[in-house]
Formats: sequence, structure tokens, C-alpha cells
Amino acid sequence: MTLLIIGTYFVGITLLIGSGFILVGVIGLLKFNDPMTRLHAPTKVGTVGIGMLLIASIVHSFDLGEPSTHELLIMAFLFVTAPISANFIAKVNIHRRACDTPPAPPRDDTWSTLNVEEET
Amino acid sequence: MTRAFQWLIPHPLLTLILTIVWMLLQNELSAGMLVFGFILGIIIPWSTSIWWPDTPKGFRLGKMIRYSFIVIWDIIVANIEVAWIVLTVPSSKLKPAWIVVPLELREPEAITMLAGTITLTPGTVSADLSDKGHSLLVHVLHTDDPDAVRDDIKTRYEARLLEIFT
Repeated sequence: MTLLIIGTYFVGITLLIGSGFILVGVIGLLKFNDPMTRLHAPTKVGTVGIGMLLIASIVHSFDLGEPSTHELLIMAFLFVTAPISANFIAKVNIHRRACDTPPAPPRDDTWSTLNVEEET
Repeated sequence: MTRAFQWLIPHPLLTLILTIVWMLLQNELSAGMLVFGFILGIIIPWSTSIWWPDTPKGFRLGKMIRYSFIVIWDIIVANIEVAWIVLTVPSSKLKPAWIVVPLELREPEAITMLAGTITLTPGTVSADLSDKGHSLLVHVLHTDDPDAVRDDIKTRYEARLLEIFT
């Protein structure tokens, strides 16, 4: 019985922390004005925010007596795919010159995104 | 015997991961699901092995597990830092910077892992790779000392990845 109560409180706290982080991510997205700095807030805070919500979901399923661990998979796939989408948004920003020009790489000619024929 | 084993299971780690993923998907712990997951874990790497021409030569699983714990801890700490920056620093006082990280890693898998780690740890996004793959472009949200961030990435993550992929 006490375990159930502890579990309920744990679920509540993790839900609060998770939604707090998501709120901060949204604030960051609205507050910053440069596309590259904007990219930081949602991709980052999303990892812990959604991670906390999924932990809450796991603990809640154990509380109900129907253990479920699907959430671990969601977390794993999210952690694998989030950097890729962030990388693509960054590449688009560089390609469209929507941000400051990055410094030239020391050992190679140029960055691979900038290494394209100029369209005329 | 070893040849037969290599032909049947070209990627032992992938087989293990596929088995675990299958059991998590089914959400039940039973012998039948274990066997079925293992069969999938053999068929999928075998039928897709054409697209995995060269496996990384050395891969140390123990060091990899320790590395993932370090990364998870860093994600939590840096998340709090970034949340603090988002809430307190006004956008006019923000000091974003580009950082160029010269790479010692050569395997594509290792570079992918480094770039993924950099993006997952808040405050930094890996944006681009140079055309010959010798340096990584990283964008930092707020920093006073870009060189310190670069050295941190090199000592904390790249050195460990060099040990994992030897």
C-alpha cells in the first residue's frame, strides 16, 4: 500500500519536472531570435522533458499492476533520431546563410554543406 | 566453426539488440518471445549484411556502457544549465559561438556517435562536418570561452570514443 503511495507521488513529481522542462523549451523557442540559438531550446530540453514523462508512464504502469516497458524503446529511438533532425535544421540554416558564417575548417577546404555549386 | 558462426551471425551485437527490442515491443518476458526475437535477430542482420560492408574492427562494450552513463549524467546537468540560461539571460546578452573541433576519430560510426553526443548534451549542437571529414562544426548557445568548450568535448567525449573504437 505504501509502495503504491510512493509510486503515485513519484509519478506526480516526474510529470511536473518533465512538463517544467518542456515549458522552458517553449519559452526558449519564443524568446531567442536567431535561428541557430532557437534550435538549442527545443531539441535539448525535449530530451529530459520527454524522458521524465516516459519514466512517469513506466512507474504508473507498474502502479496499476500492468507493467509496461515500451517507453524505454520510445526513449531509445528518440535519443537516436533527435540529433539527426537537429543536424538537418542546422544544415538548412547554414545552406540558406540564415546564420553567421561559420569559421573555415583548419585542415580541409570547406564545410560539406557549403561545398556545392552556386546556382545561377 | 568460427566461419559458420560469422556467416550465421555477422553482427552479434545487432542480434542482441534486435532480440531485446523485440521483447520490449511484445511487452512480455517468455521463452517463446525470446526464441522468436532471436530468430529475427539472425534473419535481419543476415539479409541486410550487404549494406553493412565493414564492421568497426574493435568495439568495447564495457567502456561503451560506462560512456553512456556519463552521457546521460551530462544530459541531466547540462539541461538544468540550459534551462537556467533560457530563463535568466536576455537574448541581447547571449553569446552564441561557432566552434571547430578537429577530429582524431576516423570511423564513420565513431564520428556519428560523437556528433550525436554533442547534440544530445544541451547547449551544443553539431552542425556540420568538413568536406574531407577532419573537423566537426559545433554551435554553442552561450559561452565566454569557446576554446574551453572545445577542449572539454575533446577530452571528455572524443578521448573515450577513441578508446571504445580501437
